[in-house]
Amino acid sequence: MNTVLVIAFLKAAVIAGTPLLFATLGEIMTERAGNLNLGVEGMMLMGAVMGFQVGYSTSNPLLALIAAALAGGAGALIFAFLTVSLRSNQVVSGLALTIFGTGFAGFVGQGLVGLKLSEKFSAGFLKIKLPLLGDIPALGEIFFNHDILVYIGYLTAIILGLYLYNTRNGLNLRAVGENPAAADAASVRVTRYKYLHILLGGALCGIGGAYLSLVYVPVWQENITAGRGWIAVALVIFSSWNPYKAVFGAFLFGGLDIIGFRLQGTGIVISQYIFAMIPYLVTIIILVVVSFKKDRKNAPPKSLGEPYFREER
Amino acid sequence: MTNGSAYVSMKDITKIFGTVTANDRMSLDVLNGEIHALLGENGAGKGTLMNMLSGIYIPDSGHIFIDGKEVQLSSPREAINAGVGMIHQHFKLVDVLTALENILLGYKTGILLRKREREAEIRKIMDRFQLDVDLNKYVYDMSVGEKQTLEILKTLYRGAKVLILDEPTAVLTPQETVRLFKIMRRMKEQDCAVIFISHKMNEVMEIADRVTVLRKGRTIDTLNKQETDPQELTELMVGRPVDLSINRTARVFDNKVLFVKGLRALNEEGVEVLKGLTFDLGAGEILGVAGIAGSGQKELCEALAGLYRIKEGEITFKGENLVGKNPQEFINRKISMSFIPEDRLGMGLVASMDMVDNILLKQYHYSQGLFVKRKPAASKAKEIIKKLDVQTPGVNHPIKNLSGGNIQKVLLGRELDSHPELLITAYPVRGLDINTCHKIYDILNEEKQKGVAILYIAEDLDSLIGLCDRIMVISNGEITGIVDARLAEKKQLGAMMLGKKEEEYAV
Repeated sequence: MNTVLVIAFLKAAVIAGTPLLFATLGEIMTERAGNLNLGVEGMMLMGAVMGFQVGYSTSNPLLALIAAALAGGAGALIFAFLTVSLRSNQVVSGLALTIFGTGFAGFVGQGLVGLKLSEKFSAGFLKIKLPLLGDIPALGEIFFNHDILVYIGYLTAIILGLYLYNTRNGLNLRAVGENPAAADAASVRVTRYKYLHILLGGALCGIGGAYLSLVYVPVWQENITAGRGWIAVALVIFSSWNPYKAVFGAFLFGGLDIIGFRLQGTGIVISQYIFAMIPYLVTIIILVVVSFKKDRKNAPPKSLGEPYFREER
Repeated sequence: MTNGSAYVSMKDITKIFGTVTANDRMSLDVLNGEIHALLGENGAGKGTLMNMLSGIYIPDSGHIFIDGKEVQLSSPREAINAGVGMIHQHFKLVDVLTALENILLGYKTGILLRKREREAEIRKIMDRFQLDVDLNKYVYDMSVGEKQTLEILKTLYRGAKVLILDEPTAVLTPQETVRLFKIMRRMKEQDCAVIFISHKMNEVMEIADRVTVLRKGRTIDTLNKQETDPQELTELMVGRPVDLSINRTARVFDNKVLFVKGLRALNEEGVEVLKGLTFDLGAGEILGVAGIAGSGQKELCEALAGLYRIKEGEITFKGENLVGKNPQEFINRKISMSFIPEDRLGMGLVASMDMVDNILLKQYHYSQGLFVKRKPAASKAKEIIKKLDVQTPGVNHPIKNLSGGNIQKVLLGRELDSHPELLITAYPVRGLDINTCHKIYDILNEEKQKGVAILYIAEDLDSLIGLCDRIMVISNGEITGIVDARLAEKKQLGAMMLGKKEEEYAV
């Protein structure tokens, strides 16, 4: 195949993967604290619509992103309060959050459908070719000639990786997700850690959603996330809760997201719905492989999904 | 601070849970440089008292002094800052982290971990207390003894001067216990105050300097070990004279009923957990099974009960082959076997149901018609309560609200009611106090007299030696020996539990 086409495709895969990357990193952070938040889709939608609303009325990219992060964080706060403070069922709470977020975005976005962001606003997300890195043949074009949010995505993954594996707080966070009783006994403030990381995770999901409404599309349309939140939940498993692997996974799944559309031009006829199924199929295969391997390092955080009571021993 | 004055002093501590007074104006003085044993039955308030000293519970009234200063300990963090660390029975370690990472967990120093620098500090403590821990080993690869040493190291690294050990020997082999006692003596030499919670008399006599006896939420007395003896301590603990010896009734039957030959089984990961077990069991015989936890006891029990997939081998009970049959087929073929699993509330009984329903579970197969009949089960429940002296508000009281001993009695009562010929009991006295233990031993002896073949899995060597006819030792899925319990010695059993083969089969 034509190299130019392939490079263009891979570049587009990175862009399509960026909202997934943010949401996946957010969910990794949440699940590392031992909480399974299935509200990713909802938080992404909340972030998308609030980001768009603020971006539309202020034409300020920074304010729009902050609004998106706050909206995602607000969704996560509901979840955190329910699951950490009230110790309610995490699966049910997360699903409820998705339903709530979808409704919220539909409601707020009623008057926004079809509106387009101003050019002044979109100027904030023009492509920036990075010096040096951007000049690497092929790779430079694929990875280092993008808008600022893509770079922030890379950076977030690296920072989260360093945080998890090389800092004291990261160690404490992993312990909270694995065995909160042990962390508690070692004087880690379990509740505080859970809240903080669930909220930050929600904020990242909100930014992931906003990438869709502010940069990727950038017109408001209903249900703009179209199931990407669920792909992010699957990606967390795919990347075995590791932020570095999440980068690879997000771009792979991003590629799968657009490949059907791209292939139409080449005359190869495969239904786009087949490609829409692939991320989930891959996730199922990964789950099967992981459960066969019984690899303890790639296993989910052990207390994932379980509420923590100090008194219950 | 010199030796002789109390380092830790708890005065008039009261703690009430709902309507139960767990601690009633309790007092305790512990000196530094001593090992102080807390002795008491289940429910005597040992755990509650120590949980208050380690900041998990907050006393309703009373005062705690450490090193002469009054302290308020409202969280484990405050307790450790005051120099008090507790080693719980269930270790508070994170499996997927290394020993070093577990020690550093929750430690306050800058943002980065700086493993190297910390490691040097930790090594100093290891030298000082002569602890041996592989700092780079993952916790999931560690034995119970190693985990315990790691817990102790972790606590000492945080600057604990007072160490509370909650029944630390319950999960250890005799050899590991010796090692632990050495560590405890070393801590004492280093001027720490060590509080040792136990209900094992022989260990208290071996290691403690002073003993405080608790009973029903009250402090009964504090004695110097030199000036007391096990008999006196037991009487103080129980509140009346007790006979400590375990009865071994004579065997009245001599026919063999169960033959196991070359039994092999794999676990879920495909690892061989039973490696060709061959043994037999006679009617009216109690065969003890000793071994370190996880040596294959659970798998053996479940394989015999038809709950575990067998790869190879034969199990013959009264001439009938049991391999490949499930419990339902056992019932259909009238193979009368009862299994008392170690997990009483998980596998044995349904926790949220009452006694009647739990009895019904075992009986409804036999009743005719569409509906279950509660009445016969209810009268059976009352019978069990009377016969086994079960303490419960009534037959309709949820099982989970009963104490461990009473739950065990309900389970035993229900199983014995079906008049089994083969009884498999896994850790039937685990966590029970001395009175209930003896009650259970008596029940088992009674069944033995009736000709029931009993497989008795236990971790406490004293009860194995006292109660059983023969003791089979398994190590890592293999039988390392079957010895006559009358001739068995703890040291030898301990060595066999660790895998040393006993070639002389004294049957």
